Parts: sequence; structure tokens; C-alpha cells
Amino acid sequence: MSSVGQAAERAGGPDIPAAGQAPQPPLRVSRARRSTWWAGLAAIVVVAVLGYLPYIVYSNTTNLLVDFFQLLIMASMWNLLAGYAGLVSVGQQAFIGLGAYFVVILASHGISPFAAIPIATAAGGVVGLPVWWLVSRLRSGYFSITMWVIASVCMLVIIQVSSLGGGTGIALQGLTQSPTLLTAYTYWATLAVTVAVFVAIYGLLRSRLGLVLTAIRDDETGARSIGARVSSVQRLVFGVAALGCAAAGALYAISQQFIVPSAAFSVQFSAKMIFITIIGGIGTIEGPIVGTIVFFVLQQTLSQDGTWYWIILGLVAMVVAIWAPRGIWGLISERIGIRLFPIGYHLWPATEQAARQSVKT
Amino acid sequence: MTQTSESAARKDRPLLEVRDLSVHHGQLQALRSVSLRLPAGATHAMIGANGAGKSTLLRTIAGLHQPTSGTILLDGQDVTRLAPERRVEAGVVLVPEGRRLFPSLTLEENLLVGGTSARPGPWNLGRIYDLFDWMADRRGQRAAQLSGGEQQAVAIGRALAANPRVLLLDELSLGLAPVVVRRIYGLLPQLADSGMTILLVEQDVSQALAVASEVHCLLEGRVTLEGPPGTLTPDQIESAYFGVAASPNGQGSRQDPPGAETRRPGAGQIPGASE
Amino acid sequence: MTWVNAIVQGIMLGGLYALFACGLSLMFGVMKVINLAHGDLAVVAAYIAVGVIAVTHVPTVWSFVLVVPIFAAIGYVLQRTLLQAALNRGVLTTLLVTFGLSVVIENGLQQFETANSRSLDIGSLVSDSFSIGSQITIAYLDLVILVVAVVVLLGLQYFLSSSKNGRLIRAVADDREAAQLSGINYRHVFGVAAAIAFGTVALAGLAFGMYTQFDPTIGTDQVLLYAFEAVVIGGLGSLWGTLAGGILLGVAQQVGAQYHAADQILAGQLLFLIILVLRPQGITSRRELA
Repeated sequence: MSSVGQAAERAGGPDIPAAGQAPQPPLRVSRARRSTWWAGLAAIVVVAVLGYLPYIVYSNTTNLLVDFFQLLIMASMWNLLAGYAGLVSVGQQAFIGLGAYFVVILASHGISPFAAIPIATAAGGVVGLPVWWLVSRLRSGYFSITMWVIASVCMLVIIQVSSLGGGTGIALQGLTQSPTLLTAYTYWATLAVTVAVFVAIYGLLRSRLGLVLTAIRDDETGARSIGARVSSVQRLVFGVAALGCAAAGALYAISQQFIVPSAAFSVQFSAKMIFITIIGGIGTIEGPIVGTIVFFVLQQTLSQDGTWYWIILGLVAMVVAIWAPRGIWGLISERIGIRLFPIGYHLWPATEQAARQSVKT
Repeated sequence: MTQTSESAARKDRPLLEVRDLSVHHGQLQALRSVSLRLPAGATHAMIGANGAGKSTLLRTIAGLHQPTSGTILLDGQDVTRLAPERRVEAGVVLVPEGRRLFPSLTLEENLLVGGTSARPGPWNLGRIYDLFDWMADRRGQRAAQLSGGEQQAVAIGRALAANPRVLLLDELSLGLAPVVVRRIYGLLPQLADSGMTILLVEQDVSQALAVASEVHCLLEGRVTLEGPPGTLTPDQIESAYFGVAASPNGQGSRQDPPGAETRRPGAGQIPGASE
Repeated sequence: MTWVNAIVQGIMLGGLYALFACGLSLMFGVMKVINLAHGDLAVVAAYIAVGVIAVTHVPTVWSFVLVVPIFAAIGYVLQRTLLQAALNRGVLTTLLVTFGLSVVIENGLQQFETANSRSLDIGSLVSDSFSIGSQITIAYLDLVILVVAVVVLLGLQYFLSSSKNGRLIRAVADDREAAQLSGINYRHVFGVAAAIAFGTVALAGLAFGMYTQFDPTIGTDQVLLYAFEAVVIGGLGSLWGTLAGGILLGVAQQVGAQYHAADQILAGQLLFLIILVLRPQGITSRRELA
């Protein structure tokens, strides 16, 4: 054998053609398959149906859905933080509570609570900046508990402010609508924020930034080693999560109508976010959806006994975290191989012959 | 079998044998069907470029990696699935690359820890202090404060404290000045004389050739050359090390086709040569 | 209460907080596990003590003789099973699992005990005190707890530096892989460290139960957070740092309370945040923040 042939043989695996063979057909890259268009259409239909609901169902159903969507927003934010940026926060309730209280403050100055939602959201994002500065150098466990401490600090500071009701709480002003209309408006506001959140998440993960996030999700050290700007991406995600949680808090204020600090800043929010995301499937967009559904089913079945459903939820979350770390959605999507939100890439061989097989990433 | 042929068979049996070992790091294959026979009392060296798989081989023998396929036999006993600490009990001890002393422990504490799962044998604290005469005076010093060469010596001492049957040495010369390296390698004959079986990994080829009775060369996870140093020409070693033909007429070019397993270790034969 | 007395009270309180922080510090230093269930476990110990006292009628102050070993055993088993399984998956999983454990414990306690506050009855020891001069009053209980904290820390220090198991723990904490190569079964060593940590958590829980009323849910707010703050302020890697951290936290809280009664907890948290910003490795630590 000639030494060139030897070199070629030595150089690579089966993918690289040996000298003298015909080159492989070129590959075509696309972001979506035909099924994606159907899924997109389905999503629009679903949202339209959801939007129409207040006209056809009773208010306790819409209220239930309001709670559902608020949880879904929070869980999705936590998923973004922990599942993609590697930041396990046990203190997102800081932003939820702040969002709620910002709405209260704005409402007491005459701004309609619904109009206050975007402002409160933005304010929450602004607070996120100094908070990130405090915690950005901390790693895993330290980061987690420090976020918890920060939430506690926020709560204690608010309790000091008597004009905000101190420890006993304060009512939200400016809700002048009739009860039925209020329920409907609250529902639509929540639905709108939920859709906005999912559009934002989808857009983020589909972008180049999303590639970095997926890389960090898969292997943070590996991502750093290829030059991914991990810290600035984490800062961005932290900011997005602050915005999202503040928005959820704003919605919370409107749906509760009476805010108490110990509830608005309760670590129970974190518990729900965490359990929902773990059980549903961390690191996927669909996971929190599945998890919130499971959570609500459990809550409805065991609603009589608050403690039992937390015990079961906690045990299930622990078991899933260790033995099924990709969660329910992870198990499903591995079997069926579908993704509701297409954020990956598909490779299509350009020739007819090979078109029957396609490689999906 | 009769008594004498049984013990004869045992004498023929290598103390450490690796058969068709393949190891993966995730999707990357680090070792491809590597085989090795290490007779009792011998000192063998593995050479090869960075990333050839030498450290991976030692770490797999020590139990830190599980191979994808293949077996590791210690005196005929299959140890492939044993946990690292159990292998130390069985007598396989690795001095890891970069020393890896316990920085917050003192010199003596490092040695004592090495004896956690010690087998019965001649090596104890006193004898280690005899071997390295400077250590006894510095026994209370924290390991992080020792120089590189001193740390290497303590790392070897820590391994000896377990009374190993097979001593694995990973890149002793790493980060050390040549004079220090020579001093450390000067110890090896003493260890070998006391009956120790040694397998060392070394990037410094001349040092490896100087101390070993047999040399194995790794390239991209495969053994490309083995034999006693005296029978190997520099050309052979260079081509096995780098994997390119040393001269145009084919002499010294790598003969091992991918996937082939036929190889008879022995007196300097390049497998498949001129057949 | 004067400022001087506030500082003295703070030092006393620091003993309690140092006891809280011991176990957390140990588990983090050795296994790199931040046990989010730490506070709830302390509360569990207090509840176990209540049960043990009810059954065996031992005087409250001696309940630790039974509760501490029980807890140490629980710690060993929990580490070898649940926590090791989580550790094998990764740091994220361990955090999530200990968080889940915390929620399960709190709700389990609520389910099987009442939600009402309990306390460990130590009779007059609670309120007895003595005075130094006209300004300083020291409660006997507080002093006893401080002494216990110092003794525990001394004992731990001695154990880690002079005993064989202590040496193994330090080795595994330094470099787990090198420890394996030295023939150490690190899972067992983790178990021993957890047993010791849980033993101190039991003591912390008992002290807490004697000091104040407890109920199923205060574990996280009043034990975990203070323990963590004490560790950060004092610095990881040094048991004396733990004591210093506890004392500084206690003093900050009491001085803050002096300023404005509602500010007690906040003052401590502000100190924590300041240290986090200015000197994240803590007052006494030489190492970088983990």
C-alpha cells in the first residue's frame, strides 16, 4: 500500500472517504420539517380556543386556568434558569413578590393594575441587575441559598413599609370592573403574558443565543472551553427570568387582590416551580407544560389534604431527579421522538435516493 | 496437571495482564483492543505522544475508568469490575499523573493514608523514610508546601505504603527539572530489586528506555510497537511513536492495519514485518 | 437593653448559630453538598427528643444521649443511599433532592404532628440568669449552649486532625479520586462525615428546641438560613471560622434589634450580603469561595 493511502486510512473513521472514492452528496440544513407547520397551526388554534373560553365556561374554571398559567410562567422561567443556564435559584419568589408589590404601588397612584403589568415587569427586571451583581460569582449551592436570603430580605424590607400594609397585607386598588368582567380581564391578561413568555422563550432558544444555552445545558465546562460567553449569557437569562417572574407576580397581585408579604415572597413558589420542572422535564420547553398539568391534577385530587400532596410531590420529584432526570416529557419525547417547539436543526441529504432517510439532531 | 507443571504454569503467567482492552471517554475511543503482559518483577514502560491513551490505560487498570470491553487480570484473577480501592487491596497501586497529594495533609499523613488498605509486606513508614532520607525531617510539613520533586517522591512513598504487587507510575517526569527526574528514576532499580513489578508511563522516551526491560508504544489508542529497548532502533521507535513512515522503502513504517489483532510480543519483532 | 448587653447577647446567640452551622459546613466541605434540608432535620431532632422524653421520661437535658446517636445513624444511611445516588448524578441533582427532602420533611411533620408550636421543657433553666455588673445579664441556657458549641467544635477539630478517620475525611475532601487510588472507600467516608454532621444537627435541634418554640415549618427560615449565613460570614474550611461567623451574625442581629426591634433578622442578612460582596470567602478562610 502506498504511504498516502496508509495516511488516509489512518486519518479518519468511516465518514471520510478514502482517496479515490466519490465525494458524499451535499447536505441541506433546515430549521423545520413539514410537521412543524402543522404544529404551529395547532398552537394558534389552541390559543384562540383558550382566548374564547371566558365566553363559554364558568368563572371558577377560568380562575383555575389563571392559576395554571401563572404557575406555568414561573416554572418556565425556573426551567430557563436551571435547565439551560445552570443556575439553580431557590429565590425567584423575590421577583414574584416585587412584581406584585410594584403593581400595588402603581395602583395606589391611580394607574390601572392591568396597565401596571408591563411597568411592574420592567421594574422587576431592573431590580434584577443589582441582584445579579451580588450573586453572579457564586456557584451552585451558594447561589441557591443566597437567592433565598435575598427573597427573605425583600420580604423583610417590605414589611417595614407601613404604607404597604406591613406584615398584615394590603388590598389592590383600582379594580373597578364588575366581577365577571374582572375575571375575564384577569384571564386574558394572564393568557396574553403566557403566550408572550412562550414566544420569548421559543425565540430565545431558536436564536444563536439558544445554541449557547443548549451547550451550557449539556455541559457547562465544555461550553466554556469552546469560547461560549457563559457569564454574559447567564446574565441575560437571569434578567429574562426576573422579568418573567415579576410579570407572574403582577398577575398574582391582580388575581389575589389582597397581598400579604409572607405569601407573596413565599418559598412555596420556588417549591412549585422546582417540582413542576423536574417532574415535567427540565431543559425542554415542553417540560414545564407537562409538569404544570401533573401538578394541577395532583392538586385537584388531593386538594383536601395540603400536606399529603406536597409530600407526594416532593417524593416524586426526588425520585424523578435521580432516576429519570429528563422528566416525564424527556421519557415521552425519547420514545416518540417528537418536539412540539422545533428549535433543533434537521439535516437533509440533497439527493433523491438518500431523501428517504433523514437525520434529525 | 501435576504439581510442578501447575506452579510452572503460574510462573509463566504474567502478574498483570490486559486483554483486548477498549476504553471510551463518552463517544471518543481512547483505547482500541490494547493487550499487555507484565511478568512479575519486571519493569515495563509505555511511551507515546500526548493523547495516545497511556494515562487512560493506567487509570483503567487502577479502576478509575470502566472499559467498554476487554479484561484485566491480576495474577490470573479477573479484576476488571473491581472498585479502585479493592484493587489497591489486591495489590495494584497507581501513582497518578501530577502527583495528586492531599494538599491539606502533612507529608506523614499522606504516607499514612496510603497505607489505608495496605497488604502485608515489607513497606512501612520507617522503610519509606529510609528510602527517601530527607523525608523524616519534613514529616510535619503540609504537602502543598513541598517542591514538585519532593511531592513526586511522597506520591511514590504513599503508593509504596500500600505494599503493592504492581506499581503503576504515570508521567513521573511531568513538570520536574531533568536533574530531579534523574534522581527519581534512580530509585526505580532499588524498587525493582526488592521484587516490585512496575509499569510506567513516560513521555521522556530516553528515560523510559533506560529503566525498562520492555517498552510498549501507544498511538491513538493502539499498541504500535513493543519489545526490549536493546532490540529497537530509533527509526522503529520514531515511526511507532508518530505513526508515519520513517523512510520511503517501507522499512519502519507502521504495519498494524486497523482492527488487526495478531501480534506476538517478543524479541523486538514488529508485528507482521516481512511476512 | 444597652449596647454592651446587646453585644453579649449576640455572642451567646452566636454559640447557637455556630452549632447550627457545624453540620452544614462539614457536609459542604467534605461532600460538596449543600443540604437544603439541614434546618428541617434539626427540627426533626427536636421532635424526636419530644417523643423520646415522652417514652423514656429522661430529663430533657439528657435527651441528647439518645437522640444524637439515632440521628448519626440516620445520617449515615441517608448519605449512603439517597444522597450518594443524587451525588452520582451531579451537584444540581443533589441540591434538588435535598430541597425535595426539605419539603417532604416539613409536610411530613405537619401531617404527623400538630402545626402548633412545641418546645422542649427544661424547667427553670430557660429563664434563670445571672448578671455581670448592672448592664449585662446572661441566661444560663445561653451560656450552656455556647459552651456546648465550643466543646463540639473543639471535639470536631481534634477528631479531624488527630484521628485516623478524621485523616481519611480530610483526604477525601481534598481529592476524592486520589483517595480512591490510596485504597479509601470514599462512599463510606462520606457516610461517616454525614453521620458526624447529623449528630451535630441533632444537637443543634435540641439546643434550638430548648431555646425557643418550634413548629414543623421554621426549620428553613430559622436554622438553615442562619447556618448558611454564619458559614459565609465566618468562612468555609475552618471550624473556628464557623464559630466566628455564628458570633458575628448573632451580634449583628442583636445590635440591629437594639436599633429597631423589627430589624433583628434583617441586620444579620445585611451583614451576610456585605461580606458576600466584600470578602466572599469569609472572615477567616484562606481558600477561594467554593
